[in-house]
Amino acid sequence: MTTIAAVPPFAELLDAPRPAEPAWLAARRAAAAERFAAVGVPSSRDEDWRFTPVSAIANTAWTAPGVSPEVTAADIARFRLSTGSLAVLVDGRFAPDLSELPAGVTASSLHAAISEGNAELESHLGLVAPIAMSPFVALSLATFTDGVVLHLAEGTTLATPLEVMHLTTTAAEGALIAPRVFVTAGTGARGAILEQFVSLADTLHVTNAVTELVLAPESWVEHVRVQRESEQAWHLGFTHAEQATASHYRSFALSLGAKLARHNLHARLGGEQVETLMYGLYLTRDSQLADTHSAIFHDQPNCNSWEVYKGVLDDTSRAVFNGKVFVQPIAQKTDAKQTNRNLLLSDTARVDTKPQLEIFADDVKCTHGATVGRLNDLQRYYLQTRGIGGRTAQELLIWAFAAEVLTEVTIAPVRAAIEQIVRNRLDEMLG
Amino acid sequence: MSLLNITNLHAAVDESEILKGISLTVNAGEVHAIMGPNGSGKSTLAQVLAGHPAYEVTQGTVTLEGEDLLDMEAEERAWAGVFLAFQYPVEIPGVTNAYFLRMAYNEVRKARGLDELDPMEFLDLLEEKLKVVEWGPEIMERAVNFGFSGGEKKRNEILQMAVLEPKLAILDETDSGLDIDALRIVADGVNKLRSPERAIILVTHYQRLLDYIVPDFVHVLAGGKIVKSGGKELALELEAKGYEWLTGIPEAAAV
Amino acid sequence: MSTEMETLVNREYKHGWVTDIEMDTLPPGLTEETVRFISAKKEEPEWLLEWRLKAYRRWLEMTEPTWPNVHYPPIDYQSIAYYSSPKSMKPLGSLDEVDPKLLETYEKLGIPLSEQKLLAGVAVDAIFDSVSVGTTFKATLAKEGVIFCSFGEAVKEHPELVKKYLGSVVPASDNYFAALNSAVFSDGSFVYIPKGVRCPMELSTYFRINAANTGQFERTLIVAEEGAYVSYLEGCTAPKRDENQLHAAVVELVALDDASIKYSTVQNWYAGDENGVGGIYNFVTKRGKAGARAKISWTQVETGSAITWKYPSVILQGDDSIGEFYSVAVVNGMQQADTGTKMIHIGRNTKSTIISKGISAGKGQNSYRGQVKILPKAHGARNYTQCDSMLIGNACGAHTFPYIDVQNSTSDVEHEASTSKIGEDQIFYCKARGLNTEHAISVIVNGFCREVFRELPMEFAIEAQKLLGISLEGSVG
Repeated sequence: MTTIAAVPPFAELLDAPRPAEPAWLAARRAAAAERFAAVGVPSSRDEDWRFTPVSAIANTAWTAPGVSPEVTAADIARFRLSTGSLAVLVDGRFAPDLSELPAGVTASSLHAAISEGNAELESHLGLVAPIAMSPFVALSLATFTDGVVLHLAEGTTLATPLEVMHLTTTAAEGALIAPRVFVTAGTGARGAILEQFVSLADTLHVTNAVTELVLAPESWVEHVRVQRESEQAWHLGFTHAEQATASHYRSFALSLGAKLARHNLHARLGGEQVETLMYGLYLTRDSQLADTHSAIFHDQPNCNSWEVYKGVLDDTSRAVFNGKVFVQPIAQKTDAKQTNRNLLLSDTARVDTKPQLEIFADDVKCTHGATVGRLNDLQRYYLQTRGIGGRTAQELLIWAFAAEVLTEVTIAPVRAAIEQIVRNRLDEMLG
Repeated sequence: MSLLNITNLHAAVDESEILKGISLTVNAGEVHAIMGPNGSGKSTLAQVLAGHPAYEVTQGTVTLEGEDLLDMEAEERAWAGVFLAFQYPVEIPGVTNAYFLRMAYNEVRKARGLDELDPMEFLDLLEEKLKVVEWGPEIMERAVNFGFSGGEKKRNEILQMAVLEPKLAILDETDSGLDIDALRIVADGVNKLRSPERAIILVTHYQRLLDYIVPDFVHVLAGGKIVKSGGKELALELEAKGYEWLTGIPEAAAV
Repeated sequence: MSTEMETLVNREYKHGWVTDIEMDTLPPGLTEETVRFISAKKEEPEWLLEWRLKAYRRWLEMTEPTWPNVHYPPIDYQSIAYYSSPKSMKPLGSLDEVDPKLLETYEKLGIPLSEQKLLAGVAVDAIFDSVSVGTTFKATLAKEGVIFCSFGEAVKEHPELVKKYLGSVVPASDNYFAALNSAVFSDGSFVYIPKGVRCPMELSTYFRINAANTGQFERTLIVAEEGAYVSYLEGCTAPKRDENQLHAAVVELVALDDASIKYSTVQNWYAGDENGVGGIYNFVTKRGKAGARAKISWTQVETGSAITWKYPSVILQGDDSIGEFYSVAVVNGMQQADTGTKMIHIGRNTKSTIISKGISAGKGQNSYRGQVKILPKAHGARNYTQCDSMLIGNACGAHTFPYIDVQNSTSDVEHEASTSKIGEDQIFYCKARGLNTEHAISVIVNGFCREVFRELPMEFAIEAQKLLGISLEGSVG
């Protein structure tokens, strides 16, 4: 890994003057900056980045985003996944005028929450997703300027999902956008968070997003993440959920955008009776690369985790999947299942998948599976004999393949919106 | 001397007492049915007799032909002639039925001071025994209970019983999950194995099985105790009146 | 198959004794001179010396791999002796001239070398430290044109074949241990099956490490010409010693068009004691190259060694070629294993199957590491991988690292993995049918490994089952 050459691309951001911050944050930022300086932008020699070339990121001197053009409610309406509350970040900056945060939901700009003093932030920010998770997580902590803080109060149930929209504009060109989302769910709280990454302009930028979730006992959180950024952009996303006893975290991630998209999704099962569900779908075309690195840490007994990621690849696109499940010696009666399935539509597309189990407890049920294949000829033939041919048959079979994970989005209108996004993309891919 | 003698048997699992003082005498040649609502302790009694390590006997004695049964490991009980047909027979992937059964058979023979059979001799024996459950030899090449239907698993248990020729066979809910044809085959198998030297304990929730295997005695278990004993007509009475008649507890609540 | 699995009484590693024989051992240390000495001792031609020296120089530039999931103190390559042979050995002597002490050694290991006593149908090459003691049934095999001899003999008698194929599958610079082996390899077996010949008997090599502080660096080369078939077996043991000993072998298989090679290993090197003292470091490179419609099948039962690092692989070069890997790896005590395979699909319609069964007990750590690579032109390639782990006790670990890399859209790759324990209910069920606990475990474990054992030739399957029982001795309370 390079150390010296990697730092200058972000020098402007790392050295940017910042408004006065609490001492705890300043200290964490300093440690993160030091960590990033030590490790730098990863190279393909780094096992975690073996198939995902990001070293070129170090060739550009990235800036902070410029002044964003005016964004109207109409601009964002077409991206909405729900009709509920909304927090909008334009080029990484919280936009209060576009946001609709109803009473009863504690939600605010991260910057504001820090200034006001927030005990939860002090105990967790930058610690849930530790800087050791990735050089980019360290970079995020060192450089972030704003984001969103969401709190689901103890014992409450959110009636509608909380939508967080990360939007980039022409001002993102050449910039590093580093938003952070911080979610806490109190004991027994229930709710859904929809996180979206969208672009108004086809800019070349780096999104380096970190989302931290802290789930108290018996809380239930659904986390939908849709990434459809500019296909010029680099998207680096890191999500870490810290789960207490009997909490339930279900994630659904859809990846369509960016030239290169990387998502690390980690969950630590830190109490008993925890449930963790991770579903994902990636659709890639042209020379896109979509990379998912998931890690599920079974630290306690009697927990279940279930993961299904599916991908459809066209043209010369690539997908990387790396799923790790760690089962600690005390995590007896763990039940973990992981599956990664890929459908290649073109002869020049490529998949590298590595489902990985590391198990230190004996009374566990752990399985994983991975497949890479093409559309089933027999099924296609069967459809043909029933009068469904060509593109229709192809689309139907791909849809059937993808549907297994799409149905896991529990909120019907959100699911419908996502299905539409997927249909549109498949239409474009099948041309 | 009676074959099986249970006196004031108390047993617990995870420190919660399930059997609360069972006494029962079974003589060779007899068929006893143990009936009772869910949660009454029927299956626990079966498992305790077979020596399941999860159950702790806290009081009482059990003897088989005067020998202390509770002092024996599960395999020693098998050698002594105890056979439990499991309610949920266990799958052992990769081990063929033929191999497993021959091994079990030879272990029992060895313990009784008899010569072991070689594979060819055993095959001849097996041919006879397969008739008991109306099966062909192909079942022997499949892995033990692996991928078997519910009915096949129960038939396999009866086949094992036929091969191992126990003195005391305990059939734990052998009728559960069987369709009428499978029930007939299993019951016919058991009837063929009735003999003056052998005692059979049928553990069942329903009267249905007893239409096929007619017991000499019926005992009703509730709350870990035998609350009533009688002849085969007791089962019919139960069928008509329900367990509530004896236990005073509505059946749904007893679960 | 009834009593062989009950032999759970042998609590000791039964091959841990030493043959007291006068040895001609090179002092420890590795320099260019060492390489020249070995080559000279074996009276090798100049080209082979050059080949070794090139490998040695390459090795000097390389670093030991750190990616395997195994941990051991640094190896001091200068403290190892690189050549050791019994003083009584005569070059290319016939079996009648072999020192009786050596014959006794193999007799004791259960491998009698006199042809009368041998199992009919199995020819044996016996390797003792750095040299081949002798090869049986050579004459019988020669009638069919089959060459089965020590590597050293092959260099002298069939230099054109050795020169053509040596390093053609595992280049000298392939990896650190392969480079080391290429520089200092001492002996090993050579097999050549002519076109269209089905080798009339099983060929087998038995490796024995005897001398202390000595590394064993054997080299095996098997060439099956077009349409030929051979089944080859390999067994290994070593004395119990407190020092770790290095075994860095290279095996190359060449299966030309329509040929078939079946390679089976029962590896039972000394594993070290329960505290992890002593034992063999088994760092081995095994690879085969398959021509059109050719088939290469690896079966391994790995029960010994302190550390195993080994990935028998197949390069599926020809269209319609087939690669198979069946493996049982057992770790107990402080053993560590990082083993698996690579299936590199180059030709069209190539097929590979991987069945891996890992059993971890004691404080053992067992890793499956496998790569399935489908290159862009390997249209219609297929892979099926099944990778099961069983844990016994709660101080051990099971790890799976499958790498799947697919580069075209007409291939199907399927990977399944599971982890299970021996269920209490399975043990109780067996006990209720009259089996004692150890017997029950042996039956269940052997059932778990059945898909692999049935790939082994009969005698080896029985041996493997016995070994499994011994390896897991005392692992369940």
